[in-house]
Amino acid sequence: MLTHMSSSDPLAVSHGTTAPSRWRSDGRADGIFRWLVAGAATLVLVVLGAAAAAMLWGGRLTFETFGWHFLFSSEWDAVNKQFGAVVPIYGTLVSSLIAMLIAVPVSFGIALFLTEVAPYWLRTPIAAAVELLAGIPSIIYGMWGLFMFVPFMAARVLPWVNQNLGGVPGVGPLFQGPPLGIGMLTAGIVLGIMVIPFISSVMRDVFRAVPASLKESAYALGSTSWEVVWNVVLPYTRSAVVGGIFLGLGRALGETMAVTFVLGNSHQLTASLLMPGNSIAATIANEFTEADSDIYLSSLIALGFLLFIVTFVVLAIARIMLHKLAGKEGNT
Amino acid sequence: MNSPHHSRWLYARRVAANAIAKSLGTVATLFGLFWLIWILWVTLEHGAAALKPGLFTQMTPPPGEDGGLANALFGSVIMSLLAILIGAPIGIAAGTYLAEFARRPAWRETIRFLNDILLSSPSIILGLFVYELLVRPAGHFSGWAGAVALALIVLPVVVRTTDEMLRLVPNAMREAALSLGIPQWKVTVQVLYRAALPGIVTGVLLALARISGETAPLLFTALNNQYWTNNLNAPTASIPVVIFQYAMSPYEAWHSLAWAGAFVVTMLVLVLSLVSRAILLRNRISHD
Repeated sequence: MLTHMSSSDPLAVSHGTTAPSRWRSDGRADGIFRWLVAGAATLVLVVLGAAAAAMLWGGRLTFETFGWHFLFSSEWDAVNKQFGAVVPIYGTLVSSLIAMLIAVPVSFGIALFLTEVAPYWLRTPIAAAVELLAGIPSIIYGMWGLFMFVPFMAARVLPWVNQNLGGVPGVGPLFQGPPLGIGMLTAGIVLGIMVIPFISSVMRDVFRAVPASLKESAYALGSTSWEVVWNVVLPYTRSAVVGGIFLGLGRALGETMAVTFVLGNSHQLTASLLMPGNSIAATIANEFTEADSDIYLSSLIALGFLLFIVTFVVLAIARIMLHKLAGKEGNT
Repeated sequence: MNSPHHSRWLYARRVAANAIAKSLGTVATLFGLFWLIWILWVTLEHGAAALKPGLFTQMTPPPGEDGGLANALFGSVIMSLLAILIGAPIGIAAGTYLAEFARRPAWRETIRFLNDILLSSPSIILGLFVYELLVRPAGHFSGWAGAVALALIVLPVVVRTTDEMLRLVPNAMREAALSLGIPQWKVTVQVLYRAALPGIVTGVLLALARISGETAPLLFTALNNQYWTNNLNAPTASIPVVIFQYAMSPYEAWHSLAWAGAFVVTMLVLVLSLVSRAILLRNRISHD
């Protein structure tokens, strides 16, 4: 053994024929393994780009036929083969906006509760329960929405909304309409419930990551819990909180099945949130199998391309904002 | 200077603001839990009422007739398993590259960034992608296309968990193994994977939970099939798509079957997420 180790050239040791070939095969295996994992990573890299390219290709007939008009026309007429994306785009934006108006304050409240209010033994189970809400498949939300929540809205909530908010100057037209149950407001509320767990879990995680010394300094000056959260925790985590909100927004914009059940699939553009509407994802899901002409199918895929672009931008902003705080953590 | 009266008023106001904020936080949490309980309760109540032995032996019926979900269950199981078989190995490999092999930080961070976006992007888009990629060239919907679409949802979940779990493995392990002269691929497979196994398994289970309720990507790829099929080149039924079709229909018997399907899917998702949580928790404790 000693002679082997003292030898200056390890290749020249006595069992010299086996060791170098062993090293060579090890090196080759290492190279193959490296190429395999690098290939898999490249696949991850190209999936998004390939998806965008495929949808652009699938929607080219629509983009060629209608051009920019596709973005600015509210006509959706399968019989006369005229397609415009305004109604689905409007529905997607409005239902997501309603969702965010509900989900952001509620998620902040949940994060506040989980980091400052709840006793320690209660925090993990409650957080797990809220995250369970994220695990429920959207088709289940859709069924519950259609069979339970829509009748509830139609019987209890919407008549009240119509009566009390319908007459308010300025915003009145938003809340006028028959209490169908199905419609933009219902879809927005269901979306809001669906994205609460995503936003609240990001907020809770980043709130917990605030350095204790910062919070303790504020407490030592006599701050209340609320003042610490509002004046220390929130400013420190601002970018990640915005990132979490955008993450939720990305979910809301692309959510398909739940919205399809409760939105009503109507291509009429109306101001009222109580009327049925449509969203990009719901239009595609509802009409894909019915698309009987090339231009119809192409228009649906073009809608998918628009959705992809919008969600990509929103999610990219979300990730960049979330990353900002991670960098800050590393510095402290 | 503040008068004593003023400071007492200020103090009372601050205490009140604190109390109000904490109460609102509690109300918000109850608000969130309220929906969870309502949705789960409704699914369990209606689903349990619709359960029957024929569910697992009979085919999906035409309107007005009695039937079960056997073909849809079979389709779902086959497509989910295939999706895991395709997506998990690629995902584990890509995650390994990110955690162990990628040298240039910019390149590594770009892949992580895009993977995170893929993780959150709408599943309907992946369905349309696979439609353009496989269904349109082939000219027909197929179970294979459904499996590939689901695999694209599995992929980013597994990449992320594998990457994170491998990074949690202490460097001392790598150094100890490499110093024995073991090649890097063997270190990765026999030392690092073993150390990170519970985490990687959790990632795969989470991915399985996620695809078992996915509907949108299957609408454009596997479509649906009223009959049993062993042929993955033919349109294939799945539980979520059958739920969609039946729940949107006007028939009472179909609604009942849709609830039964919803019950099965929800139970599966609940069990999978509890199991994966338990694995993670047990592992974390044993590491501490």
